[in-house]
Amino acid sequence: MNAMHIKQFTLENIPLIGLLLLMFFVAMINPNFLTVDNLLNVFRQTSINAIIAMGMTFVILTAGIDLSSGSILAFSGAVCATLIAANVPLIFALPITLVLGAALGAASGSIVAYFGVQAFIATLVAMTMVRGGVLVFTGGRPISTGNFDVANTFYEVGGGYIAGIPIPVIIAGIVFVLCWYVLNHTRLGRYTYAIGGNEQATKLAGINVARVKVTVYAISGALAALAGIILTARLESAQPTAGLGYELDAIAAVVLGGTSLTGGRGRITGTLIGALIIGVLNNALNILDVSSYFQMIAKGSVILLAVVLDGRSKAST
Amino acid sequence: MPALLELMGVKKSFGEVQVLNGVDMTVKSGRAVALAGENGAGKSTLMKIITGIHARDAGVMRFRGEDCHFNTARQSMNAGIAMIHQELNLLSDLTVGENIYLGREPVNLARRIYWPEIYDQAEGWLKQLKQDIDPRAEIGTLSIAQQQMVEIAKALSMNAELIIMDEPTDSLTDIETKILFEVVENLRDSGKGIIFISHRLRDIFDMCDDLVVLRDGAMVHQSPVAEINENDLIRHMVGRELSDRYPYVPSQPSETRLRVTNLGAAGVRDVSFEACAGEVVGFAGLVGAGRTELGKAIYGANAATAGTIEIDGEQVTIKSPSDGLKYGIGYVTEDRKLEGLIQAHSINHNMSLTGLKRFVSRLGTINKTLERQAVTKYMDAFSIKAQGIDATISHLSGGNQQKVSIGKSLIPQPRILILDEPTRGVDVGAKREIYALINELKGQGLCILLMSSDMPELLGVSDRVLVMSNGLLTGAFSHEEANQEAIMHCTLAGLSQGNTP
Repeated sequence: MNAMHIKQFTLENIPLIGLLLLMFFVAMINPNFLTVDNLLNVFRQTSINAIIAMGMTFVILTAGIDLSSGSILAFSGAVCATLIAANVPLIFALPITLVLGAALGAASGSIVAYFGVQAFIATLVAMTMVRGGVLVFTGGRPISTGNFDVANTFYEVGGGYIAGIPIPVIIAGIVFVLCWYVLNHTRLGRYTYAIGGNEQATKLAGINVARVKVTVYAISGALAALAGIILTARLESAQPTAGLGYELDAIAAVVLGGTSLTGGRGRITGTLIGALIIGVLNNALNILDVSSYFQMIAKGSVILLAVVLDGRSKAST
Repeated sequence: MPALLELMGVKKSFGEVQVLNGVDMTVKSGRAVALAGENGAGKSTLMKIITGIHARDAGVMRFRGEDCHFNTARQSMNAGIAMIHQELNLLSDLTVGENIYLGREPVNLARRIYWPEIYDQAEGWLKQLKQDIDPRAEIGTLSIAQQQMVEIAKALSMNAELIIMDEPTDSLTDIETKILFEVVENLRDSGKGIIFISHRLRDIFDMCDDLVVLRDGAMVHQSPVAEINENDLIRHMVGRELSDRYPYVPSQPSETRLRVTNLGAAGVRDVSFEACAGEVVGFAGLVGAGRTELGKAIYGANAATAGTIEIDGEQVTIKSPSDGLKYGIGYVTEDRKLEGLIQAHSINHNMSLTGLKRFVSRLGTINKTLERQAVTKYMDAFSIKAQGIDATISHLSGGNQQKVSIGKSLIPQPRILILDEPTRGVDVGAKREIYALINELKGQGLCILLMSSDMPELLGVSDRVLVMSNGLLTGAFSHEEANQEAIMHCTLAGLSQGNTP
């Protein structure tokens, strides 16, 4: 009985075990890895991907996908930088940016929900158009956050610390708690899982599936915008090419975390762990001085390994 | 002449669960053998062993006198065994001919598919079954009954000597069932052996020659059908006496709960009827007669295009299932898998889904204690057999899934309950429990609309029977007046009345 429990636990926590094993090996090779400074650094580097990936989790749980996150990140960053450069106080600038991201997400969500366009296509269109919007808006040039006082405060969002912990890490932590709460303790969360499990049945259960879908894409958009704010703050400028390919890292984190791309199954904790696996891997390859060309191959291999192992374990239950 | 198929002492276990415990069975050429047993008796495992999907742990299997060990479905097919699954394995976007010859298309030297031959031969096989189906038609455009004929034609084209049919009449109407019987008769006359799995006892008595009953993984009875009666068969299946198959309780006259006037919707034309609180109104008709569509239109899953609905004397506008729920309508779909339950989720999450609002605090948090209490209450009341409230739906038997489905629609405490084919794919014991449940709900004053293609069930449970044909309401009978012939007459009455919208 005990052996069965251990087996059950192992099967359910493959991502976590993978992360711990990875950390163990990296620490063996390079003792510097396990220092507080380096770990906080890993968390800080992971926070942007983790935030995008947590939004992505909602979408993927409904059996959708959001390819527009990277573009929304860039657009929100550009708008936010412009607001800051115009000396707009943070209590206005940040909510405006978040609402903008949510609206962009809701737009592609509406196309999915009301026009029946496949999520891949709808968000591919959004990705292209929003990226185009960024280039038009910025004229292809970086936008600096300017020299007003507000710009200095704004920098803290991406580069500051509270009690020695990087602010982006704290933000990611808060986002995690909120997402966990919504997914596990509210109707929205339950409906998100239900739609991915069986959309037709969810509709017949009297649930407004379209509204849930729009909400879920809006969440993903808002969190992409939040990531855009953090990145812009840290760099003190918005780059028109910011966030290129970030949606793919986010999808990788979600999948590494054990969430099924066919929807209905997965956990937000898994996504956080998935993002950490990618973050630890990046960090390890850096401190081991692996060339950035090889890093991509290594990263791809780890994701492949994890997904194959996960598929095996699911098939065996 | 040796038997076509002989099984002796076949055993199979999955992990620690012994599913088959020494099954003996004989199928002779030119005979149809009914395989009966409750869900979980081991019927499907036995069929999977015969068709090579599972390997047996012990025992002997002889097909046409030779010992065989099939490792794949392909091997059993090549040997001459074909299985027609309950969920048909056809590709709906391909034509009839393409489906019949899928994976073994005749080709010329340049590997080009020789289409005329495919269609000529497909037509030949269908003709042999006396079916007038265009081999160039896409599968998706055919009725379920026709698709089944295509499956049988496919089996014949592979020179199958033994054809296994799993619940073939489940989604067929009485007329389509008759056609199937004729086809089975022809197959039998041409010397094929047939294994026929059905929950409908009538099918067994109408068309099978021999009978094998499985219970708890063992063969408990084997004899010609002629030597057994219905009560004995049920006794063998469930291992106990089921005194009364349809425990009918007359309804108490009460006020009108639902009044539907001139309702029109996709597949439904100008339907008017009333139903009272504490009454079961049965709907008879052929598949496609518009019963499912009527139910969905009342619930709001399909848009109504004309007419009015009054509930407890108040006219209501229902445009979506959430409207239906708001006005106190519960709906149990005919298709548990596709639109009823979320197979990969737990009993708890499935059952509470429709009524989740009831468990939410003002802050939007789900009160999980309340939720589990409500679900547990229904699990106990319906005696749902599962490893607890968090068991995954896909691990439950059909009958238990159906009970979850009904519980799900009851949690919002409806005034009207629409049950579409509530006993499809459910074994005899569970059927009876569902009938008892219907009676109990009726006793509590629920107004129940029951759509069923199982005529004895409809006659046995309903206080009144309405008949639909081609989207129209073509007959109404009281419990006492209703009989099979009169209803059958009405099911055809609408067919000359033009086409449904």
